[in-house]
Parts: sequence; structure tokens; C-alpha cells
Amino acid sequence: MTDSLTEAPPAGRIAIAGAGIRLGEGAAAFEVVRDIDLAIPPRQFVCLLGPSGCGKSTLLGALAGHLGLARGSLSLDGQPVAGPHPERGIVFQQHTLLPWRRVLDNVAFGPKMRGVPRAERLDRARDFLALVGLADFADRYPSELSGGMQQRVEIARVLINQPRVLLMDEPFGALDAQTRLMMQELLLDIWTRLPTTVVFVTHDIDEALFLGDRVLVMSARPGRILEDIPLAFPRPRGRDLVTDPDFVALKRRCLDLLRPRDGRPPLPRLTPLGLPLAGAA
Amino acid sequence: MSAATLEAPGAALAPPKAESRRAQGRLPLRRLVTRAAALGLGLLAWHLAASQKLDLGLVTFRNVPTPADVARAAWALAHSPKLGAHVGASLARVLGGFMAALVAGIGLGLAIGRSRLAGDLLLPPLEVLRPIPAVAWIPLAILIFPSSEASMVFITFTGALFPILLNTVHEAEAASPRLVASARSLGAGRAAILREVVIPAALPSIVTGAAIGMGTAWFCLVTAEMISGQYGIGYFTWESYTLQNYDDIVVGMLLIGLLGMGSSVAVRAAGRLAMPWTRAGGRS
Repeated sequence: MTDSLTEAPPAGRIAIAGAGIRLGEGAAAFEVVRDIDLAIPPRQFVCLLGPSGCGKSTLLGALAGHLGLARGSLSLDGQPVAGPHPERGIVFQQHTLLPWRRVLDNVAFGPKMRGVPRAERLDRARDFLALVGLADFADRYPSELSGGMQQRVEIARVLINQPRVLLMDEPFGALDAQTRLMMQELLLDIWTRLPTTVVFVTHDIDEALFLGDRVLVMSARPGRILEDIPLAFPRPRGRDLVTDPDFVALKRRCLDLLRPRDGRPPLPRLTPLGLPLAGAA
Repeated sequence: MSAATLEAPGAALAPPKAESRRAQGRLPLRRLVTRAAALGLGLLAWHLAASQKLDLGLVTFRNVPTPADVARAAWALAHSPKLGAHVGASLARVLGGFMAALVAGIGLGLAIGRSRLAGDLLLPPLEVLRPIPAVAWIPLAILIFPSSEASMVFITFTGALFPILLNTVHEAEAASPRLVASARSLGAGRAAILREVVIPAALPSIVTGAAIGMGTAWFCLVTAEMISGQYGIGYFTWESYTLQNYDDIVVGMLLIGLLGMGSSVAVRAAGRLAMPWTRAGGRS
């Protein structure tokens, strides 16, 4: 790989103190997450695990700068988070590639916004496309790719900005099981080469335990952090990890934590933009 | 609005069935034959009614030229230097009004669609002006514009503006919040979001509005030319009536139809060229 990939991104230390987020307006407003206190050291891979509607995506949206806090504070490397910024890249569950731009131009979008000259940014975009294994698809339109490929382009498009934090909102949730496993391994492979802080939202226990250095289990709404579980499984991790007795024991513990207490029906999913998810939109 | 039905002759001929999109490329021979036969039957009915001077009381074909008369008159016009002057004058007016409407319609539409203040300021007066038909503008246009040329261009402008404006507003408002949010996270500012996200997202709808607007521009132009013109197809048609050149009336009408249809097709073709991604196919 060329230089553009190996430049180490800056730290990426996240500090959240007493954070609360409210969504909705007026009388319909409700508290989504409450009293979140959290410190994430640089280059840690953190998985936020919780039931649907618990506010884990909302918290991610606040980290991305798309949602404001009602209370508390949120900072990255000591800088308070105010609004979206390329140093906090976000990957959504459904891809947000520009349908009118070819794959290569989509990946080169961030550098284009920074005013990087065309030839240079396309070169860099080629490197990052190669990183996610799509070098041969540079000239396609996003609609010509499969769901898994679209998410790979999305990841390349975020990583080209050398973010300090990679925020992922159930990025593989819409993929079929086979592709999801492949994408998890691809993501770990990329992360070992481009170590950056990752906050990965999922409701899939296996996914959280397989990927993370640490799993934060959240309660139902208003979401709070129930348990902070460090994961010491050695890396690189292989698929046989999921049958490891320690893995199975942790999985059981997560299942217990996530089991609904009072038989309430599951809540609708929220998104990092705060809107209820309408269809696949 | 009525313009939509006036505009699209293709849509009237081809019912919007599921297969119509694919079929447009290559119609099966049988359907081509059927369509040609329909045109032929129409011509035959016209010929019979006109040559027999059919009088049905309510309508009479006594003064209607036969297809052969019209063809002869068309042939004569095609070899006359007047044709270029008439078509050229009409084309220049339509293009002038249409281009002005394109700039104003897209500009105002983006402002209204993306800014609440612009919407509050601009929409009420535009909503009042919108239902006023082009013909009603003619007297005032003559008073406002010292040159009759400018007043005719203005009339075509009023016709083309609203379809383009409304289609732009609608799609600019509807631009996906997810795409906008993601572009902001990648470092896009307000201007870049407009350029990279909102405008391309609205483009298909803008092209549709432009094709409809092109049709209404012709519709309005001919009205304006009938009242105050020196040259132009509408003027030619009306002059033929006052000079009792009945064959030329139908020639003028057919010419208007052809030019209107041709320019709408040209707008759509330009739109397809500007949107290569819509031809890529596959899932979205």
C-alpha cells in the first residue's frame, strides 16, 4: 500500500460525561439516553450493544455531531463535539453513496471537499478502493454494486478522510449472514492496518463479541450503560472464536442482560439522525 | 395542470404500461404496423371528410383542405424563403423564453426548496401569478415591454417558468436527509451540499419540468404571435386565415406540433445525457 494509507491518524480519545439526549419536539419529546459516562482510549474498538430503540444509534449520532445533547458533554481529544466533521466518519446501516457519482468519485468525495486536486484525490481513492478489495469497480455506479460492496465503498469513503473515530451504525445489519461474516473479517483486517478508534453499534451479540476490544451493553430506553465488558480474545481473531468456551460464556451473559424484563414490546429503531426509520429510506 | 397533457404527445400515444419503458427502444413490428395504420386511418378519414365537403350541422368540413392540398402547400412553403424566417423567429423566441425560465425556475426553486425564509417570501406571490394564463398576460406584456419581440419572449417565459419551478421546489425539498447528513460528515458545506447532493437529486424532476415547460412555451408563443407578430409560425397560421389561405392554416398547425414535439424530445435527450447514472440500471 502507498503512503496515503500508512500515515497514522491522530489519537481519537472520546470522553462523554453525564450525557443525555432528547428527541422529538414539545409534548412529544422523550429522553432517549440518560447519564452516559464513558471514556474511550485512542484506537480502541468499542461495540455498543443493546435492544432495538435503546438509543445506541442516537448516541452515535451525537458523536457524529448530527444530534445535540440535552445535558452533559461530549469531546474528542479534548475538543467538544460541535456539528459533523470528517474526523468523525460515520457509516450508516443503509449506504449513503451518491447515486450520480461513480464509485471512485464517491470515495474521493471527502478530499474533494478539502480542495485536494483531482488527479491526487483520485489516486488516493484508488488506494482506498484497493484496501476494501474493490479496485476493479472504480468506474461503476453505486446502483450496480451488491449491498456488501456498497458498504465497502462507504467504509473506504469514510477512511480516506483519516478520521480519528470511525462511527458505525449497524453497518452490516442489512446484509445477508454470509456477507456479514465476510465484512466483519474485512473490517478487522482494515482496522489492524489503519488503527483508529471505532464505535460500532449493533444488536448482534456475536458480532459485538467477535469484533470489539470492549462491549458496552445498554438498557432499554432511556438507554443507560448496564455493563462494560472488556474482551481479551487475542487478535487476529478467526471464526472458531465463536465456539470458544469463554466466548460462549460472555454471550450467555449478554443474552441475560438483553432479555426484556417486563415483557414490553420492542421499541422502533432510531437512527443517528434522530428520525424514526421509515422503510428502507 | 393542463400543460402536462398538452405537452406529451408521446405519452398520449403510448399508454404507461409496465413494459412501455423497455418497449420504447424497439417496438415489436406488429405494434409499429398498428400505429402506422392508425395514422393512415386518420389521414383517410380527414381526406374523405374534406373531399366530400362533409357537413354535419354542428361541424362542417366545407372550408377544410384535404391532406393532398396541405401536402402541396407544405411543399410550396418548404421551398419558400419565408419558412426559415418564420421558424427562425419562433425558435429564437421559444429558446429565449425557455432559457430564461430554466435559469429563473431552477434558481428560485432551489431557494424555495432549501430555505424556509425564501419559501415564505417567494411562494405567496408566485402562487397568485401561477393560475394566470399566458393569454391574459398579453395586454400587460405589450404595455410593459417597449419591443413586441421582448413581450412575446416574456409570454413564453411565463408559460415555461411554472412547470420548471414547481418540479424543482418539490425535489429540492425532498432531497434525502441521509445523503445530506452523510455529505456533511464528509466535510461538505452548504454550497457543496447544494451542488453535490440537492441539484443532482432534483435533476430528473427538473428535466421533466423542463420538457413540460418546453411544451407550454410553444403553446404560449403561438398565442402571443397571433396577436402581435411580424414573423413566426403562429403569425403565419393566423395570417393564412386572414388571407384565406386555408391550406396554409393546417400546414402552420402541423409545423407547431412538430416543432413543439421535437423540442420536448430534445430536452429529454439532453437530460439523459446530463444524467448518465440513470442509465446504469440495477438496484439503487
